[in-house]
Amino acid sequence: MEIDPFIFRLSIFILSIFVGYYVVWSVTPSLHTPLMSVTNAISSVIIVGAIIAALASSSGSIFNTSSIFGFIAIILAAINIFGGFLVTQRMLQMYKKKKDKKK
Amino acid sequence: MISANLSAVFYLVSGILFILALRGLSSPDTSRQGNYFGIAGMIIAIVVTFLSIGNFSTSLTYVIISLVIGGSIGAFIAFRIPMTAMPELVAGFHSLVGLAAVFVAIAAFLNPDAFNLGIVGNIKLASLIEMSIGAAVGAITFSGSIIAFLKLRGIMSGSPITFSGQHFLNLILGVGIFVLIFYLCKTQSTNIFWTVIIISFLVGVLIIIPIGGADMPVVISMLNSYSGWAAAGIGFTLENTALIITGALVGSSGAILSYIMCKAMNRSFLSVILGGFGADNSVDETKDKKDQKPVKSGNAEDAAFLMKNASSVIIVPGYGMAVAQAQHALREMVDKLKKNDIKVTYAIHPVAGRMPGHMNVLLAEANVPYDEVFELEDINNDFANSDVAFVIGANDVTNPVAKTDPKSPIFGMPVLDVEKCKSVLFVKRSLSPGYAGIDNELFYKDNTLMLFADAKKMTEDIVKNLD
Repeated sequence: MEIDPFIFRLSIFILSIFVGYYVVWSVTPSLHTPLMSVTNAISSVIIVGAIIAALASSSGSIFNTSSIFGFIAIILAAINIFGGFLVTQRMLQMYKKKKDKKK
Repeated sequence: MISANLSAVFYLVSGILFILALRGLSSPDTSRQGNYFGIAGMIIAIVVTFLSIGNFSTSLTYVIISLVIGGSIGAFIAFRIPMTAMPELVAGFHSLVGLAAVFVAIAAFLNPDAFNLGIVGNIKLASLIEMSIGAAVGAITFSGSIIAFLKLRGIMSGSPITFSGQHFLNLILGVGIFVLIFYLCKTQSTNIFWTVIIISFLVGVLIIIPIGGADMPVVISMLNSYSGWAAAGIGFTLENTALIITGALVGSSGAILSYIMCKAMNRSFLSVILGGFGADNSVDETKDKKDQKPVKSGNAEDAAFLMKNASSVIIVPGYGMAVAQAQHALREMVDKLKKNDIKVTYAIHPVAGRMPGHMNVLLAEANVPYDEVFELEDINNDFANSDVAFVIGANDVTNPVAKTDPKSPIFGMPVLDVEKCKSVLFVKRSLSPGYAGIDNELFYKDNTLMLFADAKKMTEDIVKNLD
């Protein structure tokens, strides 16, 4: 019998939870705020679905109800992607060691 | 146009890059590189999506326009936002992820053909379950984050809103969502789909309003986790590996942070969620009672004198420092102390502030080197060998009652042992108790000097007196 592709995706999902578990425990507590902003940015990879929805104009017209939701979702996700990565970068730039600064 | 198999491989690559992005955060040295990995992963995912669709119609222009609009707004916010507003920014961003998940789910429901999920009225069962779960979790994330945002921003009061039958109502609505999803699968009815989303919005509001201001670190982490699970749900619908991996990463990341925060407050996750505890407003009766106890209060001059004659000082920042924006003045004070060869370190309690790592970011903003900043367990033994503890805007996290009084609501919570220092300086606006509504017995100790003032003003005054 063939294995349902869903099982493969479920396996990826479960394994990723484990990877996430170990990776996140190794994050230093002083970087917990950047961790939140970067996880925010990467979860906006949901933009992939938004793009598919927006470009799927099989009926010929560019804007149908489905694609309009897609377009709005692209805007929302793009705010998050740019905002999330840039603000993370801004924060990380501030973390400096002693010798970098003075003495 | 590239084949489905090839694009799946690229999505996997972008998922791995996201894992590396989180891995980089294990140390500030590698963190910047980690962020670049994350950006690379995102670019790959977006480009591959375009390539896999192939037949570029005119709507491509509109997609690019949407990207540019969203990107500009995001970039604008990222550059303008002050570091003290980080907690509400993160809450706001969570709400956007949640809403995007809802919209993608709606788009997939209305046009399943585009996602290879079947046709309208006959969507594959598994896909239907996945997309409705994704939409429901996304909707809860959205409305919950909006409430969290309003509370953090101060637009809404930080005190918990409770009413009788609240938990029962939440339970009914929660069960209702599952029942509706079940019927949705049987009937494929559009109306039921919309109802699921609307009820989920309501649930999001209801679960966050009873949670008080000081429990916000847990709430933010929890919403972080939800946004991940929502993304994963949509990832299953779209059969997209990058989205599934990312959703799982973000989901477990938020869950771990919630766990760390709960542990740092010695509270169970459930009791935080059930809420009604973290009132920001102080309880008046305790205040009246305590006013009679003798308190030693001093001014900036006394504080400067004490610190000048010390050989080691430990700074304990808290939410009050963030509110007063005192971090820059504080750094100035520390610079002066260091010139006099006084050893200065910072001690951070995990729940100091309104989100995980809040204090660290503020200190980093004020150019405090991160190797002078220590976590609770790394520095707690040093208090006994230090001359002065300078507590600025923190309260409950220093309260020794957590170690001594089993009846206290914060008993068992790990606290910073500031009372072991030779002398303690407490910058605070008044004697009012902290969020837990309990009095801090440190205020009345012989070796404690209270400095009643705004944190920033007091620190600036001390700086002047150090000359």
